[in-house]
Amino acid sequence: MPLRRPGTVLWREDGATADTAADLRRSDVDEWGRSEAMRSLARAVFGPVYRNWFRAEWEGLEKIPLTGGALIIANHAGAIPSDAPVIMHGIEEELGRPVYGLADHLFRALPVVGTMWSRVGGVPADPENAYRLLREQQQLVLVFPEGAKGTGKTYRERYQLRRFGRGGFVEIAMKAGVPIVPIAVVGAEESMPIAFKVRSLSRALKLPYWPVTFNQLVFGPVVGSLLYFPAKFRLRVLDPVVLDVPPDQERYSKSRIMDEAESIRVALQEQLYDMLKNRHSVWFG
Amino acid sequence: MGRRVLVTGVGTFWGGRVAQALERDPDVEMIVGLGVEEPKVALERTEYVRADQSYSILSRIARATQVDTVLHTFLVVDSTRISGRALHETNVIGTMNLLAAAGAPDSPVRTLVVKSSTLVYGSTYQDPAWWREDMARTKPPTSRVERSLLEVEGYLRDFAEDNPHVSVSLLRFANVLGTDIVTPLTKALQLPLVPSVAGFDPLVQFVHEDDVVRSILWVMRNSQPGVYNVAGDGKLPWSEVVAMCDKRTAPLPPVLTNWAMAPLAALNVVDLPPELLDFLRYGRGVDNHRLKETGFRYAYTSAGAVQGFAEAARLRRTVGDVRPRYRYERDVEAFFRHSPAVARDPNAQ
Repeated sequence: MPLRRPGTVLWREDGATADTAADLRRSDVDEWGRSEAMRSLARAVFGPVYRNWFRAEWEGLEKIPLTGGALIIANHAGAIPSDAPVIMHGIEEELGRPVYGLADHLFRALPVVGTMWSRVGGVPADPENAYRLLREQQQLVLVFPEGAKGTGKTYRERYQLRRFGRGGFVEIAMKAGVPIVPIAVVGAEESMPIAFKVRSLSRALKLPYWPVTFNQLVFGPVVGSLLYFPAKFRLRVLDPVVLDVPPDQERYSKSRIMDEAESIRVALQEQLYDMLKNRHSVWFG
Repeated sequence: MGRRVLVTGVGTFWGGRVAQALERDPDVEMIVGLGVEEPKVALERTEYVRADQSYSILSRIARATQVDTVLHTFLVVDSTRISGRALHETNVIGTMNLLAAAGAPDSPVRTLVVKSSTLVYGSTYQDPAWWREDMARTKPPTSRVERSLLEVEGYLRDFAEDNPHVSVSLLRFANVLGTDIVTPLTKALQLPLVPSVAGFDPLVQFVHEDDVVRSILWVMRNSQPGVYNVAGDGKLPWSEVVAMCDKRTAPLPPVLTNWAMAPLAALNVVDLPPELLDFLRYGRGVDNHRLKETGFRYAYTSAGAVQGFAEAARLRRTVGDVRPRYRYERDVEAFFRHSPAVARDPNAQ
């Protein structure tokens, strides 16, 4: 149920930069590097994949706020994670709101990839960046608390949530005074599952992991690195978690942060088990 | 009684500009311009004193002229024009002597404004999108100009702590564009093909040269102590900056970029030092809210500064450099300032 027609202008000019600069600018690249023109091109390309390959289906999308900042979190999976583009595409198409996806700084160091990633809404996962997006600009920000520990899981460990870092995402939401909206994602694990990891390669290249995926074993090393299996995607939005603390504090109770992070993790894990209980087929849902 | 101001580096672009602006200020009673080189712009009432680059005579001048305000504009941020040793001598030793003179027990100095650069934040892939004044850079500096500016800022912090009666303002300026300023980036932007780093299109931020001078005078007049970023609102991709200047980019290889630059620098085609190549790779953004909160209003945004530069460059392309040439003549300047033969307006000053 589309709440707003896609294709309308999504980005909001930062009040500070809008004045005289607006008519001088020749591109729509915002202060985070996101370009709505590039983003809508990416949506046009990814649309068929989203609809026909992954056949993504949402549950509880109305729980994502239409206005104001919110920190969206989800479980993370797939050697090259397919969950991030699916979540961003779905929310932008259905709600007509931009989503900024936080990811490792490492992306920014890569030529071409880093620039493209930034143009389609990727932002380096820095607490300062997240705070500014959430608090000052009231945007939707997507983050995967498991980080590379989630995507680096092998097939045997699928749907077993990893540690949620040190609860940094809870602290950011507290500081910014925004709710946390968890999303349970089923399907990403099977879209590019890791058979095994080559430790010596990742260590030599200083990467978090070097995966050998089932896709590569089936389709060969080149095609298999790009082609996802057509796993059926189901996404369930959980009730937003409103943290009952004043924003903009210097620091917050570490135990409170860890407790909140753990309870969100447990809730997400339970929802994943529930969704898997009702899933009859990996490919048809 | 008005202010008695000493400006360092009066022979440089910024010292000259700041001295000109001070001359227009009726609250400024007397201006001493200290410089290694003679002033390059016409000055009405600034008294020029030649000094060596490390300002060893500064404490004598300060005592003799009873200056209450020092504007330290002479920190070199363009490492292509100067050797490593001279850079250290000018930035670090020069500032040390300046602070020693300003902090002497009988020193009349009560306001000190220093022009630093956002180079102190560096430019790496791990940086936040916006730097606030209180944030520390993510990686230690590698270029000598960054190291020297960080050393200067360290000395300045100590000075501010030891001299609570002096209002110390440290301004960190983003890369400057404008109608007249010449920097490695403005030279690069006037080439037929403008260098970029292949695969990277960083978000960059600029400040207009007029806002640089205005902000220095602003913190001086209002005695705003503290550290302030000075940069236009907003950021824009380097490719857009180049497009606004009606140019195209010529990408340098993303690996061994410094090596690729070396022959170009040797042939005098374009010289971008390592700190600017990092800037063209990862860009930089600084939060300018703190200065705005003191009431300062920028005349230009980042895009506005680029536009101002592009318009001036177009004019120069067509009609050449139309600015009047000025040559400092010691005797002539002394005559106009001090000869009893010159009829002076009694209302002036």
